[in-house]
Amino acid sequence: MTLALKTTDLAKTFDIGKRLIGPPRAQVHAVHPVSLEVAQGETLGIVGESGCGKSTLARMLVGLEPPSAGQIEIEGRALDRADPAAFGRLIQYVFQHPVSSLNPRKTIRQIMETPLRRLHGMRGAALDARIAELFDAVNLRPEFLDRYPHEFSGGQAQRIGIARALAASPRILILDEPVSALDVSVQAQVLNLLARLKDEFNLTYLFISHDLAVVEAVSDRIAVLYFGSVVETGPAERVFAAPRHPYTRLLADSAPVVGKPLGGAGHGELPDPLNPPPGCTFASRCPRASDQCRGAVPELRRMTGDQFAACYHPLDP
Amino acid sequence: MSLFLRLLFRNRLAGFGAVVLGVIVLLALLTPLLPLHPPNETSTANRYLRPLSDGHLLGTDHLGRDLLSRLLWGTRLSLAVGFAAALIAGLAGAAIGVMAGYFGGRTDNVTMRGIDMLMAFPYILLALAIVAVLGPGLLNALIAVAVVNIPFFARNIRGVTVGIAHREFIDAARLAGMGHARILLTEVVPNIVPVVVIAMSTTIGWMILETAGLSFLGLGSQPPQADLGSMLGEARSALITAPHTSIVPGVMILLIVMSVNLLGDGIRDALDPRLRSGALARPMAATRVDRREVPPAKGEALLDIDALETQFQVGKRVYKAVNKVSLDLKPGECLGLIGESGSGKSVTALSVMGLVASPPGVITGGAVRLDGQDLIGAPYEVLRALRGRRVAYIFQDPLSTLHPLYRIGDQLIEAIRVHEPVSQAEAHKRAVKLLEDVQIPNAAGRVSAFPHELSGGMRQRVGIAMALANDPDIIIADEPTTALDVTVQAQILALLDELRQRRGLAILFITHDFGVVGQLCDRVAVMYGGRIVETGPTRAVLDAPAHPYTRRLIACVPELGAGRRILAAIPGLPPAVDQLPEGCAFAPRCDKAQASCKTGEIDLTGTTRKVRCLFPEVAP
Repeated sequence: MTLALKTTDLAKTFDIGKRLIGPPRAQVHAVHPVSLEVAQGETLGIVGESGCGKSTLARMLVGLEPPSAGQIEIEGRALDRADPAAFGRLIQYVFQHPVSSLNPRKTIRQIMETPLRRLHGMRGAALDARIAELFDAVNLRPEFLDRYPHEFSGGQAQRIGIARALAASPRILILDEPVSALDVSVQAQVLNLLARLKDEFNLTYLFISHDLAVVEAVSDRIAVLYFGSVVETGPAERVFAAPRHPYTRLLADSAPVVGKPLGGAGHGELPDPLNPPPGCTFASRCPRASDQCRGAVPELRRMTGDQFAACYHPLDP
Repeated sequence: MSLFLRLLFRNRLAGFGAVVLGVIVLLALLTPLLPLHPPNETSTANRYLRPLSDGHLLGTDHLGRDLLSRLLWGTRLSLAVGFAAALIAGLAGAAIGVMAGYFGGRTDNVTMRGIDMLMAFPYILLALAIVAVLGPGLLNALIAVAVVNIPFFARNIRGVTVGIAHREFIDAARLAGMGHARILLTEVVPNIVPVVVIAMSTTIGWMILETAGLSFLGLGSQPPQADLGSMLGEARSALITAPHTSIVPGVMILLIVMSVNLLGDGIRDALDPRLRSGALARPMAATRVDRREVPPAKGEALLDIDALETQFQVGKRVYKAVNKVSLDLKPGECLGLIGESGSGKSVTALSVMGLVASPPGVITGGAVRLDGQDLIGAPYEVLRALRGRRVAYIFQDPLSTLHPLYRIGDQLIEAIRVHEPVSQAEAHKRAVKLLEDVQIPNAAGRVSAFPHELSGGMRQRVGIAMALANDPDIIIADEPTTALDVTVQAQILALLDELRQRRGLAILFITHDFGVVGQLCDRVAVMYGGRIVETGPTRAVLDAPAHPYTRRLIACVPELGAGRRILAAIPGLPPAVDQLPEGCAFAPRCDKAQASCKTGEIDLTGTTRKVRCLFPEVAP
């Protein structure tokens, strides 16, 4: 198994209340040290609720946000320069809001040309041929190229966004909530397109979403994020079916499923990011929390097989 | 471009301004070719000639110089200086603003504090200081006016740039390998050009005035050269004895500034996308009603929506957002209304209480009866008395429905006291009780919190508390959990379900999520293209959908626990409601469609379960 992507203790801290001179007033740990491994050709699903740091993690992986600590390795080579162009050829990003990720004042052709020219130095006929090839791959008609972004529906705009990401010929695609702005009937079209492109272009996916069912449907492995830390990882079919971390259980129980009674509610909210608790960040909402949990942060450890959880009192499988 | 001109001239005043300014600019351009006296030729014998005197149409000034000639030459100069100053200030200000807004952080901080310092001086004082350093002269006055106006542009453009710099397409450009300079020039600048043009067009008049002001004080154009300000300055001593020497340049300044401002306002309206679509028109207090016939009353449901038709009429286009929708709601019942975006579910909900914005919304048919009383076309006072009192709404985004500047307690108290004349103290007590009812911890403390101090889930609880404030019979919840996280969504759904059982509330629950409908609703109605295509008891519809659209929509939705798989997608897009096909709106995407599906009206048939399909999956 060759690794496509590996992060070692990747972390991000934001300064709050910056001053002109001197240290900031406070710091927020958006992402606590995260170590992930994604194999070639695998889809790793990342789930978490708003504020859990999943988008910050994604932005660090593509170089849009310089990490505060830690390392990113792509296919065995360390990447630590915050130069998006260097990242761009290896790893690309598909945005959540399809229409706002396209410059309203440029035609689709201009948008598609940029990565090909800048990252691969393509010109002339080769450029046109490659654009036609990419548009064909995402099932869009070539006459769309001379239109402006506002003329497209969300699903079409997201295909354009995917085609643009593919134009860089990356090895890895980060999909940040790629279907959450789309209607369900269009969502399925885009998910199926992504599945086909993965085989066709031999890609590795990081699929970020808050929708558990969507993540489960597309992923090989899933990592659950809570308050900036990975609390559980494991094979997609096991994580929600047999969760080991109480938070994962809460998530799975909360997801609305036809025929299941309303439930999973529970109480509580995310801790204050400016004043995080000393121990496990989920302890205040957790029915199994003990003094140990409130004292020290649990490490991610192996439960069964390929399933890991950061919990002192894991649930039974 | 032609669209721009049409929009510009739609505004009569702007058109008038454009014509006046056009004439003035034309005259100024033609001045060297016109048969005029030389502007600086003095003739002391002809001092202070009145207007319309022989050879001097507008008379002469204190040195006997021809006023018409001086006026036109002066106008030429004033216009040139004004435009040049606006251009310099606009370009320099925009450059500073773009840099500060794009790079942010320390660059932004240092630059903008410098700009703030520039702004701290009264502009005329600053201009005087600059001229004092550089020495009097028209060019120096121009520089002074331009510098004084740079902060206005810089601040304006910075604000716009900050908004653009954080848009996703800028990130996309970085990932596509573009450097900062290229991103600034090709991604940011094209998006701020309209703002710069708007800002310039509304400030040129101001700049002409300022230049005239400096010249009036003798710091601008130097004698004998004429510009409008210096003409006024020279005429000041003869204001009483020869008023025409002041009036002539004064009227010209008035005409220029007025026409520039009128035109500038017109340009702003035409370029601003929000104003372009007519957002300046204030919506009416209740949706406009224009229906030919009222369907006869029937049934005894609490809320009976009968053949409701709501349209949006924009120019010549008619968007049939809601097309003969019939729904009914009994006390204590929860009805789910499910559909994709654009299916008309929200417009249906808003039509009930006449909350669809008019213009462009019009209710063109049907009736909405609350306990037998028709709400469509009811007087505004009646609607107002019922809104919130008997029928309350919960909306999707609580951050935008709560007023950001008022404490949540005050907003709740206002909602209570609109309908009931209770004392402030009593209302406050009830507000705390309401917050407790929606399970907000520490309600007594939270009552004085501002909306931004609460999390999304807590804000939505406040939204629900506000809907409950007057103990309504019906709650219309428009995607109340879509913006929330799953764990919070589960909490809110449980809360709504509990309130329904405890208070006997009827809920019309609008959503796109089958899972939510399945857990909360007794009955469900599925909408597509502005029509109800299927309705019935929730479990029956979800277990055995009768309409092909319902079946395939359910198949699209991944369900937790089903494992990794390829989803069944529906090819194509939902129809645009201004171009609905004849027959079944779903026919173009349906694999069972026959020729008969694409003609005529297809009725909703059945008793408890109804379906609008000629070839249903199961018999209704």
